[in-house]
Amino acid sequence: MVKSFGQFLLFLQSMLVRKERFAVLWKRTMEECVTIGVNSVFIVAIVSAFIGAVTCVQIAYNLTNPLIPKSTIGYMVREMTILELAPTITSIVLAGKVGSSIAGSLGTMRITEQVSALEVMGINSASYLVLPRILGAILMFPLLVVLAMALSIIGGYLAGSLTGSISAQEYIEGIRSDFIPYNIVFALIKSVVFAFLVSAISAFKGYYTEGGALEVGTASTTAVNNSIIAILIADFVLAAVLL
Amino acid sequence: MIEIHNIEKSFDGNAVLKGISCTFETGKCNLLLGGSGTGKSVLLQCVVGLMQPDLGSITFDGTVFSNNKVQVRQEIRRKIGMLFQGSALFDSMTVAKNVEFPLQMLTPEMSREERRDRVEFCLKRVGLENAGDKMPSEISGGMKKRVGIARAIAPNCTYLFCDEPNSGLDPLTSLKIDELIQEITYEYNITTVIITHDMNSVIEIGDHIIFLYQGLKLWDGTKDEILNAQVPELKEFIFSSSLVRAAKRIDDETHSGVESL
Repeated sequence: MVKSFGQFLLFLQSMLVRKERFAVLWKRTMEECVTIGVNSVFIVAIVSAFIGAVTCVQIAYNLTNPLIPKSTIGYMVREMTILELAPTITSIVLAGKVGSSIAGSLGTMRITEQVSALEVMGINSASYLVLPRILGAILMFPLLVVLAMALSIIGGYLAGSLTGSISAQEYIEGIRSDFIPYNIVFALIKSVVFAFLVSAISAFKGYYTEGGALEVGTASTTAVNNSIIAILIADFVLAAVLL
Repeated sequence: MIEIHNIEKSFDGNAVLKGISCTFETGKCNLLLGGSGTGKSVLLQCVVGLMQPDLGSITFDGTVFSNNKVQVRQEIRRKIGMLFQGSALFDSMTVAKNVEFPLQMLTPEMSREERRDRVEFCLKRVGLENAGDKMPSEISGGMKKRVGIARAIAPNCTYLFCDEPNSGLDPLTSLKIDELIQEITYEYNITTVIITHDMNSVIEIGDHIIFLYQGLKLWDGTKDEILNAQVPELKEFIFSSSLVRAAKRIDDETHSGVESL
């Protein structure tokens, strides 16, 4: 465990020495932004809209006390979405999609000697292959989280209106009450930390794959497992420190 | 010229290279010959810098490569072209982009037109002028090897390393790849090092052959000398090839026929 963590730190350090030219780094980062961000919009949209909808319906189902105003449902959907569901669930979904993709592609490049080909050319393979992926994730995760927040709240609105659990006016009143802007900042900080963890852990697992196709599959699975565990631990630490 | 002096390499206490010293000569096809697990690939990885030897030194045209500063190693690495066993083409790029890649990365001063011309020249040189737009998954194993050679020579390499260039190819394609490597070696006067256990390649292009056995260099010489080598391990290796045995039998029969006359 300690040895692996030491290797992980050395791996991160190796990305930062002998970096490629800025133009190359910029081009590669933009390519990764498309792969990580644009290609994940659909799954993030579906997951977040339905999570918002289900949250709204379930809160309405449990909120039976007539003394509590119905606008509380909107308030609770907003708070849960911004503080926890949008950054954490989106990052867990992305750990599955992006993390496995990063580990799988780097693992395949390793076992087919493409990484060695880069090294023989005198190119720092960690800097060329991994740094743009980490930067791409750090740029795109917050944007996807903001999208998830919006769609989750809209999902709650639609579900509440369509099922008759809450009127549109009450829901909007709820999501506008007692808003704390710092919560958005907190969610974005979380998304940046989660982006780094998912991309760096997955890249580490993929980059050091040894063996064949079976090991690439194992690396992808381990990358997703470790990323999710890291997200949950970081989620707790950040909540304890920043709230 | 590449000089290797007393290279040793172990993995978990198992010595794979046991003090190998040899020279790879410029303008020649230098073959590293030996059975599986004799340390050929490990030696090659040490020479190109993918692995650090435990002991010994490697010198490229008088400049020490192993244990030297990162900048010096980088400079030497940029003169190295390598053809990998599985070609190691980048899956996400077309054939032309694969060949252009080292130019883009290593020679930023080249204009886009110059790079395009160089790619066209290299692809034409390996006989693939019409395959530039294809993806690696769309071409055959032999074509992949050719693209690998084109990518290796694109930045005007001084040293060309080939890791089993004939593996997985039919005899005719193997012969063509061997001939191509030999032509390029002579044409550009580069130092070529080829790992092989294919006796056809040895007979065809072996200007300088180094035979490895259990991590030791047992013999070195030319293709004309190898059939008369008096090293038992080398003789056993050579005559395990059916083709060589058949050729030897025909040769013996011809000679005994001449003597009986």
